Amino acid sequence: MINTLTITLMIAGLFFFFATTVGVLRFPDFYTRMHAAGKGDTLSSLLILVGLAIYNLHHISAGNILVTIKILFILMFIFLASPTATHAIIDAGYESGIKPWGKESNREGQDDLAD
Amino acid sequence: MRYLYTFLLMFGFWLLLSGKFDLFHLTLGVISSLLVSWMSSDLLFIDSSKKGRLIEVWRLILYIPWILKEILLSTLHVTWLALHPAMKEKIAPRIVNFKTRLQSDAARVTLANSITLTPGTITVRIEGDVFTVHALSDKVASGLPGEMEERIARIFTEERP
Amino acid sequence: MSNFFIATGVVLCLFMLLALYRTIFGPTIIDRMMGANIIGTKTTVLLIIIGTIYGRVDMFVDIALAYAMLNFIVTIAASRYFAHHKNIRAEGYGVLHYTPTKEADK
Repeated sequence: MINTLTITLMIAGLFFFFATTVGVLRFPDFYTRMHAAGKGDTLSSLLILVGLAIYNLHHISAGNILVTIKILFILMFIFLASPTATHAIIDAGYESGIKPWGKESNREGQDDLAD
Repeated sequence: MRYLYTFLLMFGFWLLLSGKFDLFHLTLGVISSLLVSWMSSDLLFIDSSKKGRLIEVWRLILYIPWILKEILLSTLHVTWLALHPAMKEKIAPRIVNFKTRLQSDAARVTLANSITLTPGTITVRIEGDVFTVHALSDKVASGLPGEMEERIARIFTEERP
Repeated sequence: MSNFFIATGVVLCLFMLLALYRTIFGPTIIDRMMGANIIGTKTTVLLIIIGTIYGRVDMFVDIALAYAMLNFIVTIAASRYFAHHKNIRAEGYGVLHYTPTKEADK
């Protein structure tokens, strides 16, 4: 039962990691790549870490419960840090004046980028 | 007062990380928590004057299930785009600006992180009350700031305009 | 079950190699930082998987926590450092074979 749950969660997490990596390789410019990197990483680490935390509880003792709490703590940290790191990177790109890739109809209003 | 809060938080964190409860480790924990709370008590709990912090934290915890659902949707959206063969026709990225009516820093940070985690949008910059957001298509760009701002305003008990 | 964890770890390493392409071939410094960041997130997960394989999660979970914090701090510091380099453009500063051009951005 616990094994099935863990395997399901981890395979789902691996699939989203795969999608994230493909997105990072395929998207046309830096801003759109950040979309893939910032969102996919958060959910896939959540799935895999929850799977491992559940697997860790298959025989219950005080030490195992402490380890599970620590894994959940790492999860919470990733949850707070991943959007912030994404924001820091994309802000550095915006500050140094990288123009976003876009269709011509969306170009107006973007010429006042920081430069 | 905030020394005490910082000390309790740091000591709880020490207990969580060490997992040993004998006298030696507890003494070390008390000493280092005291040092940290003495040096950096002005980093956390900046404005301790405002009432009702605990209620805000509780409502922030209640906010988590909704944001989890949004993260799932946004990852599915980005997955669908990344694996789509003709992805470049599907997206029309643009940068939009909008003004927020949230006042406190905590509310703005929560809004910025929530925007990053919801489908198709990512926060680029906050200057004053102007958010700069990179959106993957016009549809999601027109939906900003949406119901998220409403929810966050309810969490941080900010009055409606 | 152990075989499954080993397979997961190997697949994660393959994804890290794919992300390494973005880290090496840019095209800009910012792209490389992003590649390094997502490799770091995968490493945090991989460390806990390694701990589960060896049956020593209690030790590896601390390493993973320190690694996650280090990854975050490195990302913040690097992005602060490169935020004011005005010549990080799509083809310019940060390409493997750098050739100085007057109009790096068209």
